[in-house]
Amino acid sequence: MRTPILAALLSLVGLPAMACETFTIGNLMIEHAWSRATIGAERPGVLYVEITNTGSADDALVGIATPVAEMPMLHETVVTDGVASMPHAMSVPVPAGQTVALAPGGYHGMLMGLTTTLKEGEGFPVTLTFRDAGEVTVPVEVLSMQAEGPDCEHAGQ
Amino acid sequence: MRTRRAVILGGVAGALAFTLGLGAWRSRGTAPATDPRLPLPIAEMDFTLTDQCGATVRPSDWIGRPTMIFFGFTFCPDVCPTTLSDISGWLEDLGPEADRLNVTLISVDPERDTPAVLSDYLANFDPRITGLTGPLAEVERAAAGLRASFEKVPRDGDYTVNHTAGVFLFHPDGRFASIIDYHEDRRFAVPKIRRTLS
Ligand SMILES: [Cu+2]
Repeated sequence: MRTPILAALLSLVGLPAMACETFTIGNLMIEHAWSRATIGAERPGVLYVEITNTGSADDALVGIATPVAEMPMLHETVVTDGVASMPHAMSVPVPAGQTVALAPGGYHGMLMGLTTTLKEGEGFPVTLTFRDAGEVTVPVEVLSMQAEGPDCEHAGQ
Repeated sequence: MRTRRAVILGGVAGALAFTLGLGAWRSRGTAPATDPRLPLPIAEMDFTLTDQCGATVRPSDWIGRPTMIFFGFTFCPDVCPTTLSDISGWLEDLGPEADRLNVTLISVDPERDTPAVLSDYLANFDPRITGLTGPLAEVERAAAGLRASFEKVPRDGDYTVNHTAGVFLFHPDGRFASIIDYHEDRRFAVPKIRRTLS
């Protein structure tokens, strides 16, 4: 069930094409934060985002938090001998000068214990915690369940 | 008749346990039957599952049309929607030609994936994709026939299911055709499917 505060947060970030905005913290650029619509709140949601480290020192994404999930965590999908599993990732390295993507089939934020259904076209905030750069809160755009990522070429950016 | 057919499985690194690079297998009607690492011909599979509309499905129902089978479950937020999205894209690329395909998701989480749940879930993807569920033992028989595996893993007070992530392709007569690996490029996937359609 959606609380009034949560509803306010969702509407606050409920602008279209928000996954195409860029956010910065220190030397990190955060882009393309998106998620997939869920059926109800019983099943886990997912978080994908791209992080570019324009600095000269390595950093790492060490945690995620969001009001839409009680137990958000970092996972990495690995396929070993054809079998897919998704072990916990303690952190996601963000090496100097590189772009790291939490993307389908690789690293992802796993949003366990959803507090609300994630509906296509809506959004929610996520706070990313980096080992060195600290915390930044960015809006996440909920795309369809079939989406493979936001289409930012045509988003007027 | 005795045929030998070379089967090239996907070349993606870290590929399937039964990836042979280049393997060979004998067609039905020859003893000793099949390479134990490769999926059985559909005609030799034996299981009974229920589709998302509640209808009973057996592998023999698939004979006569090319068949695409893969495993997944609806509590899987990353791999499974990605696979379903990929397959929806391939079907779209193939157009009406793909209407002849049996395209089937077999749930590795039959405990939670009832026909009604599968129906809600599959409504988000290409309507030509059907979903099967049923007693765990029947899902295990299906996986055994495909030489696939799945394993329920406790996780944070809940569970997840590790499972074979490739997509299996069969010819209309039920012979195994090929596998599309999880990370395989779409440029290779669509021609592999087309080969089962011709
Ligand atoms: Cu996960």
